[in-house]
Amino acid sequence: MATMTQTSPAGASTQTDAPLLSVRNLKVWYELRKWGFGLAGYVKAVDNVTFDLHQGEAIAIVGESGCGKSSLMKAILGLVRPHDGQILFQGQDIFAGGRQGLRWYRSQVGYVQQDPFGALPPFMSVRRILEEPLILVGVKDREERLARIREVMEEVKLSPPEDFLNKFPHMLSGGQQQRVVIARAMIRNPKLMVADEPVSMLDASVRVEILKLLRQIQEEHNLAVIYITHDLSTVRYFSERIFVMYAGKVIEKAPTDELLWHPQHPYTLALLNAISDPDAANARKLREVPPGEPPSLVTPPPGCRFHPRCKYAIQGECDVNEPPEFEPRPQHFAACWLYDERYGQQRAALEADKPW
Amino acid sequence: MNGQTSSSPQFVLKTEDLVLYFRTTKGVVQAVDHVDFELPEGRAVVVIGESGCGKSSFAKAVLRLLPRNVAVYSGRVYLDGEDIMALDDEEFRLRIRWAKMSLVPQAAMNALNPVLRVSDQVAEPLLIHDSTFSKAEALDRVREMFRYVGVPESFLHRYPFELSGGMRQRVAIAMALITQPRLIILDEPTSALDVLTQANIMNVLKKIKWETGTSYMLITHDVATSSELADEVAVMYAGQMVENADADVFFKEPLHPYARMLMAAVPKLRGDEDLEFIPGQPPSLLNPPTGCRFAARCPFRFEKCDEDPPMFLVDGRKVKCWLFEKDAQGVYGGAAARAENPA
Repeated sequence: MATMTQTSPAGASTQTDAPLLSVRNLKVWYELRKWGFGLAGYVKAVDNVTFDLHQGEAIAIVGESGCGKSSLMKAILGLVRPHDGQILFQGQDIFAGGRQGLRWYRSQVGYVQQDPFGALPPFMSVRRILEEPLILVGVKDREERLARIREVMEEVKLSPPEDFLNKFPHMLSGGQQQRVVIARAMIRNPKLMVADEPVSMLDASVRVEILKLLRQIQEEHNLAVIYITHDLSTVRYFSERIFVMYAGKVIEKAPTDELLWHPQHPYTLALLNAISDPDAANARKLREVPPGEPPSLVTPPPGCRFHPRCKYAIQGECDVNEPPEFEPRPQHFAACWLYDERYGQQRAALEADKPW
Repeated sequence: MNGQTSSSPQFVLKTEDLVLYFRTTKGVVQAVDHVDFELPEGRAVVVIGESGCGKSSFAKAVLRLLPRNVAVYSGRVYLDGEDIMALDDEEFRLRIRWAKMSLVPQAAMNALNPVLRVSDQVAEPLLIHDSTFSKAEALDRVREMFRYVGVPESFLHRYPFELSGGMRQRVAIAMALITQPRLIILDEPTSALDVLTQANIMNVLKKIKWETGTSYMLITHDVATSSELADEVAVMYAGQMVENADADVFFKEPLHPYARMLMAAVPKLRGDEDLEFIPGQPPSLLNPPTGCRFAARCPFRFEKCDEDPPMFLVDGRKVKCWLFEKDAQGVYGGAAARAENPA
């Protein structure tokens, strides 16, 4: 268990076998307490999320702040215990094995944080930062640790490693800091990587470099990746499937290009319409933005959680009944009543609003 | 909106040879290095560049919001034709800052005072700069501004922590607007916000511009979002202005090699083109290289680049690059360098 295992290239291309990570009806609810005890309700940050992730597959989870994407991520990392539902890693519930099991599981998961400077301890040198995870999994030999550190640093293009080993985080540029964070995530040869907005704090030119690096690492190691972001314009460069979250629910899932070209849920359409590509014509028109703000997760609206902001909302349906998941196009799922066969007319209005 | 000054107010803002250097323990940082810049009335310019290129320092130099470790601060800044560098600090504070030129600071959502109600904070500049306003009148104006930027009136007497990030950003914009300034400087106004909120704020800024004719200077590293507001684009690199052009032509075809590479690094929502990044890092501003500061990373580099290029005028656009020097026959320089690297 403590030894480092190389990811096996066998089974790399076969995606039909058992999923690496399987999330079943996951609910992450935070308790609200009145006067410090007495239960006053729950913040339903993640409500009934189900998906499978296979070895070698990259998915993006997209949503605004407060939509529950970070809570979902924390549950997947084993940092919060779900209220209900299961997270299965290679078929095993990650919380079933107790502390030991969780510890092993975490050695199989790499985590790339959003803010590289905040994620790196300021008083540790790069060498120390990268050494610690290895000490924790029990690599006793100093030289072996150093060899592995050098290998990973070359891989994230911090080369020559000697130039960086003794530096402290504040001596590195933002891009280099993020490379150290990636190196730390990769040092134990994980099978799964969770990247939380890995490029949002970086400059445009560095952003591309880091995205390309992540993609390269993912392909070389056949990693499963969960890429969490609010920026739909970068997902195309990184993931095969996109999940869109709104108010604790996954409201749309589809392969990347399919989602970008044929968004089905009104919220996804609004998100896509709000993103600008550099064009001088943007300055001459206003963008259409749904009114209001995301709902409270303590008392979410009944029915579809987006209905108070949705201009296609159907009275008596969207505000009463929670929409099931429809599959309007192959492999493309949307939780929206517009795709019920009774509402073809309303659906036409949405189709007419796609500007491309 | 405001009274015009005597000299020709063709340009709201004009800087000549503006220099701002900082003293640090390692030496002098040349954050703003001889910047010449003009902003016509009622226009919005975006200043884009990587972090550390001096774009925020440029805003500080214009607003004279200087830290203590200034080594050199020189040049000319004209606001509506008036040389505001000649004013002493007190006069600058009374007549210029926030009266004629206001700022929406970086991470404005955290720039509000947490222990004051938002209405009091937004009214404050007005009460200080215009003694004819009573508290009640000022509050009426605050109400008007809140309607303008889309903050519900019921939020008037709340504290900043009771508002969401987008709402706080709007409050900061209301505070910049309240004195009806000639120029608003926005330093990364939307970079910490969600896409929908970002689009909302941009809508608000556009409406204000169309309705009041206020001029904007938007400082950002987010090229895609900057196009939402830009009439003109100014690109900064390593403390210098390297290109200044109309947005229509710039977003179609930037001229300076750095600007081109920066645009090629902007992710597009759809389409198939591969993203490219700019290899290497910007030079240290402690000891910047002589000659063109981008030369070390530039694929078009040729002999001439060892000398510092002046601003060349190309079809009304300004480019600080030797590739755009014309010889006596009107042929652009660096033809050989271009041929080797067709862009």
